[in-house]
Amino acid sequence: MSDVKQDLANALQARFGSSITECRVAVGEVTVQLPGEKLLEVCAALRDEPEFSFEQLIDLCGVDYLEYGETPWQGPRFAVVYHLLSVKNNQRLRLKVFLPLMSSDDMPRVDSVVNIWNAANWYEREAFDLFGILFEGHPDLRRLLTDYGFIGHPFRKDFPLIGNVEMRYDPHKKRVVYEPVSIEPRILVPRVIRHDNRYEESDSAKTSEKGVKRG
Amino acid sequence: MAEIRNYTMNFGPQHPSAHGVLRLVLEMDGEVIERADPHIGLLHRATEKLAESKPYIQSIPYMDRLDYVSMMCNEHGYVLAMEKLLGIEPPLRAQYIRVMFDEITRVLNHLLWLGAHALDIGAMTVFLYCFREREDLLDCYEAVSGARMHAAYYRPGGVYRDLPGSMPGYQASKWHNQKQVDALNTNRQGSLLDFIEDFTRRFPGYVDEYETLLTDNRIWKQRTVGIGVVTPERALQMGFTGPMLRGSGIEWDLRKKQPYEVYDRLQFDIPVGVQGDCYDRYLVRVEEMRQSNRIIIQCIDWLRKNPGPVMIDNHKIASPSRVEMKGDMEALIHHFKLFTEGFCLPEGEAYAAIEHPKGEFGVYLVSDGANKPYRMKIRAPGFAHIAGLDEMVRGHMIADVVAIIGTQDIVFGEVDR
Repeated sequence: MSDVKQDLANALQARFGSSITECRVAVGEVTVQLPGEKLLEVCAALRDEPEFSFEQLIDLCGVDYLEYGETPWQGPRFAVVYHLLSVKNNQRLRLKVFLPLMSSDDMPRVDSVVNIWNAANWYEREAFDLFGILFEGHPDLRRLLTDYGFIGHPFRKDFPLIGNVEMRYDPHKKRVVYEPVSIEPRILVPRVIRHDNRYEESDSAKTSEKGVKRG
Repeated sequence: MAEIRNYTMNFGPQHPSAHGVLRLVLEMDGEVIERADPHIGLLHRATEKLAESKPYIQSIPYMDRLDYVSMMCNEHGYVLAMEKLLGIEPPLRAQYIRVMFDEITRVLNHLLWLGAHALDIGAMTVFLYCFREREDLLDCYEAVSGARMHAAYYRPGGVYRDLPGSMPGYQASKWHNQKQVDALNTNRQGSLLDFIEDFTRRFPGYVDEYETLLTDNRIWKQRTVGIGVVTPERALQMGFTGPMLRGSGIEWDLRKKQPYEVYDRLQFDIPVGVQGDCYDRYLVRVEEMRQSNRIIIQCIDWLRKNPGPVMIDNHKIASPSRVEMKGDMEALIHHFKLFTEGFCLPEGEAYAAIEHPKGEFGVYLVSDGANKPYRMKIRAPGFAHIAGLDEMVRGHMIADVVAIIGTQDIVFGEVDR
């Protein structure tokens, strides 16, 4: 099975070469990292070329790397992750695009893949809603999951779990009112990272099977 | 000449056939739908964000509450993602138990779908029949996990406990006297496996009953044949999976194509549709119930012959038994660490998908090596399906919207997450 994955990784490396920054196989999954400018070109090829024919966009999601790991995160803060499926070749592929911010108050931007896979429509709306990622070329980029008139992007790591406002019905005003939250944030189980020897071993095993990797 | 205007109509969120909390804004030309704009998120609980704030194991009960009619399948997707990153494999018996309960869950889900779908478009009796059978299967859930719906039964590395040796029965009350209770308890005398086996013998007959009521029913056909046709190309484009994809004639089932657990050792067939309309999807799901029954029979057979552990023997992930803890300091420490801090997953990312009754249910985990997920994304099949609703209902009459929502098998717990 992993040979099949490795073959796919090699084929991707051979076909796209300079368009992708990294192509690796880990836990039986192929991950391709690429810059945002090349996204549309690579996606169209992945869908249309018979060697790959990823007809389906299974999933699209945003990731906020603000608090990743123990040391402060160095790379771009946001990433968009695409999961593709080829029904014809029975293959899966993960695409990962890191979104560099142009200036500090700027929103992260990436091209919309909605014209390549129509399924992206709602997934991109969701990622916009939850992470504030702007998908350029999306026909209808509205909020999807949060309330009408919601402020902020709740899945960003700097958005508190308990939220910023709470809602109640005001009998005097005879309408629903929003107020700042009245409860304290709390952490029940602290987050810890344990350095486990067994995983260190499997990490080195993983690097050895990584195969093709580009700077 | 009179002025002709399009009407905008609100459908739901309080409409009984909106299957929960769907708000549809319909643009209508007379009774014909010009455009449908589903507004979702009324049941959004931020499951993924909540999971980021808890140790891995504490998120398992949240999974039950995603698609609250196929509880154990959701758990399965989540524990598979964890197991993939941990690099562990549960004992074979646990895998068979998981597969058996996945298929019980599939029957549960399809029974609710069939009952609700038929009720939505005018057939009352099927609903009552389906809920009669669901009762027995929910009793199986209860016997194995203690909860009728939100089981929290699967664990990374196996299942919470082995199948019980006896099946709980009814007790006499002021509504049922001893004689009635004895009649109710006739098939509950043996173990849980005996009870499930008895169910699998009865179930094909029940499915025949539903089919008698619906398959050749003139009204049922008028309401479903040619409604909501999806071509295979469009189904792939819109990210449809599961019966929605198979109804359009694409033979794709993760249990066959990318087998997980022990599905590669079991005999079953994959039904596919021809036309891609609501009627074909109905036929596909009914046949899936029969195939699930076949799988359950094979699992029962194997489970009877092969007793053994149902949890891996790795106390860094699975808690030691109560008896061990009494005499072994090491075991006590493991238990304490597991339930105060939880286990850490190695750094990395994994996507695990299973064939959920509604389609492909996937969990994408990003771990930075901590005891909590760094990011978890749930790929719910219903989300892609409802996103395609607009395209499916265009040009149909308003009554067909109900049939199309029904055929998509939407549950808002998973769409809104």
